[in-house]
Amino acid sequence: MAATHEYRVCPDTGFKIDLQADKLIKWNAVTAIVFLLIGGFFGLMVALTRWPTVHLLPADWFYLALTAHGVDILLVWIIFFEMALLYFASSVLLQSRLPMPKVGWFAYWLMLVGALLGNVVILQGESSVMFTSYVPMKADPLFYVALLLFAVGALIVCFLFFATLVVAKSEKTYEGSLPLVTFGAMVAAIIAVYTIASGAVILIPTLLWSLGLISHIDSLMYKVIWWGMGHSSQQINVSAHVAVWYAGAAVVFGAKPISEKVCRMAFLLYILFLQLASAHHLLVEPGLSAEYKIFNTSYAFYLAVFGSMVHGLTVPGSIELAQRRRGYTKGLFEWLRKAPWGNPAFVGIFLSIIIFGFVGGISGVVLGTEQLNLIMHNTIYVPGHFHGTVAGGTTLAFMALCYWLVPVLFRREIWAPKLAQWFPWLFGLGITGIALFQMGAGTLGVSRRHWDMTFADAPLSYDYPAAAHLLMAANGVSAVIASIAGAIFCLQMVLTLLIGKKREGAVPVASDAAEGLTGHGHGAGLAVPGTFVLALVFLTSFVLYYFVNWKYLSEIWLLS
Amino acid sequence: MAITPPANRLWWNEPVERTEALWIGIALLWAVIMFVMMPYWHIYGQQNLSTEAYKISPDAYTEKVEAFVEKYKIREEGDTGIPVVKPPAGADIYMLGRLWEWYPILELEKGKQYRFHLSSVDWLHGFSIQPTNINLQVHPGYEMVLNMTPTESGEFGVVCNEFCGIGHHTMLGKIYVK
Repeated sequence: MAATHEYRVCPDTGFKIDLQADKLIKWNAVTAIVFLLIGGFFGLMVALTRWPTVHLLPADWFYLALTAHGVDILLVWIIFFEMALLYFASSVLLQSRLPMPKVGWFAYWLMLVGALLGNVVILQGESSVMFTSYVPMKADPLFYVALLLFAVGALIVCFLFFATLVVAKSEKTYEGSLPLVTFGAMVAAIIAVYTIASGAVILIPTLLWSLGLISHIDSLMYKVIWWGMGHSSQQINVSAHVAVWYAGAAVVFGAKPISEKVCRMAFLLYILFLQLASAHHLLVEPGLSAEYKIFNTSYAFYLAVFGSMVHGLTVPGSIELAQRRRGYTKGLFEWLRKAPWGNPAFVGIFLSIIIFGFVGGISGVVLGTEQLNLIMHNTIYVPGHFHGTVAGGTTLAFMALCYWLVPVLFRREIWAPKLAQWFPWLFGLGITGIALFQMGAGTLGVSRRHWDMTFADAPLSYDYPAAAHLLMAANGVSAVIASIAGAIFCLQMVLTLLIGKKREGAVPVASDAAEGLTGHGHGAGLAVPGTFVLALVFLTSFVLYYFVNWKYLSEIWLLS
Repeated sequence: MAITPPANRLWWNEPVERTEALWIGIALLWAVIMFVMMPYWHIYGQQNLSTEAYKISPDAYTEKVEAFVEKYKIREEGDTGIPVVKPPAGADIYMLGRLWEWYPILELEKGKQYRFHLSSVDWLHGFSIQPTNINLQVHPGYEMVLNMTPTESGEFGVVCNEFCGIGHHTMLGKIYVK
């Protein structure tokens, strides 16, 4: 078997790459980017409709575009890209052959057919049921078929990933333990299996119900299980983008984790506790006990949040350590000032860490607090939060990685590199605006998934405060900025593939700057004081914002 | 590096660096504080969602709502024909979500507690009282029961904030608090 595999040696990294894995990475990543373009376009249409004075689309098209935006971005773009990451983290990083490449292609086509079918069915207009497709609202049966095909394809790739780990281990392609990035990808793949199983458990009966073969699906049960997929799938993204953060720190700075033990423990907490997150969506639901809500929504004592807080320190910490080893030791922040601010891979990953932590992370914990959810559930605060995590965190990290990965894999220079320098700032600015303005409007009570905040067609009337209208307009402006950045990204990636200058020679990744900390653990002072100060700034913002929201809660009507 | 196997094969024996250890301690403490806040608020806070709920058929619930409206109706809202209902303080209130209205309109007294019953007869709906900003999820087949005390007077909108089809944006109810 192994003899039939052909390899090439990557001049930049020195890695031996299985040509089939190489091809699968490229196809999955490029397909992901195409759907990012489609889904991003739908997102722009949504934001322009929710901008009160623009109010672009009619109601039916608005709900259609919103459904398509959710499916194309949250599922298709992100998961196709994660499939590329799984091949990369297993076959490439372990320098192993990819077993059963034909199965990988089968999975790819299954996912592509699912994604295309999903888009066609949504565009036909009979499946504007939102990404969540809550029963008893019914979509075209093909809508559920499309999601299932896509999920089965993704599941196959997860098993192929595990198979590659086994092959690499038994063929001894590497020494010792898995690289941290591969470990993170493995965590993502394990969570993905749980997630896809939850999806199958609820979507198969829902498909049968839509065909008339099952008479009734309980709407509360649907939400409990659906979010076992819906929220856990976001934890695949978190694990994957944290792995990308570590990968970015490694290729740009030659950074080494401060201690492997801490990073791996933090990843492990994701596997143990992230599955509880379904409860985040059930905090104001009838019939669930407070004990159930508190235990599950907090991931059992916030242990998964704790995991993310650890990564939030260890990723920039590993960068600081690498920079200090290079001699940037002045003061607290010389290491950061002297970072390569013109390199979109670094800037994108750095902004991804900041936006994910400060915007998406803090708001997620607040939103997921049992009682605080009362003042936020289903308001536009919710999309505000997850644009901070999924767009500002995951998507930006993946895009940033592309600026390194695409030239390496395709052997071409990025088209218009000056433009690339602008990209992460512009995208980060737009997404941060979207997240913060939506959170602001949500705090003023503006509903999510709503065509007309003026209620012009309703028999009764209600006026949101003028500030809410202003915030929704600012959200629209931010979406335009993010869309321009997104268009720059897609254009650059496509043109790099088509007309990018052929890459001559090698551009080696940063060398291993930070030798192990062995022996330094007990030295005087902190190894990464700058990062620690940043972490304290983060904690202060977190604590203040958390308690401000309890203050808001204490001002609403009394409930018991 | 993070993209290669750990250089030290016995990486689990490496000491944890001091910054990390410090941060782990701080983060764990904060995690415990956040966890404790929720039970704390159940004991000392005044905004906690009740967990009382019943299974009920849409028809049975509709009957309860109609009886409630019949009993306490005081007028109709303008020329909309929608009944305005004024139950006495402490009374049971039955509100119904359906495509696309929150029924009926309520008139309540400030500072008085009421026992709210909420359910839907068709799809999922959101029960979002604005501008006080209380947001609840309403399911068909489930009757949610909670005590609510308005603490301010004025005209309040009841926005449906769960997507319920093409007329979703017209689903708006009203509560007067005097």
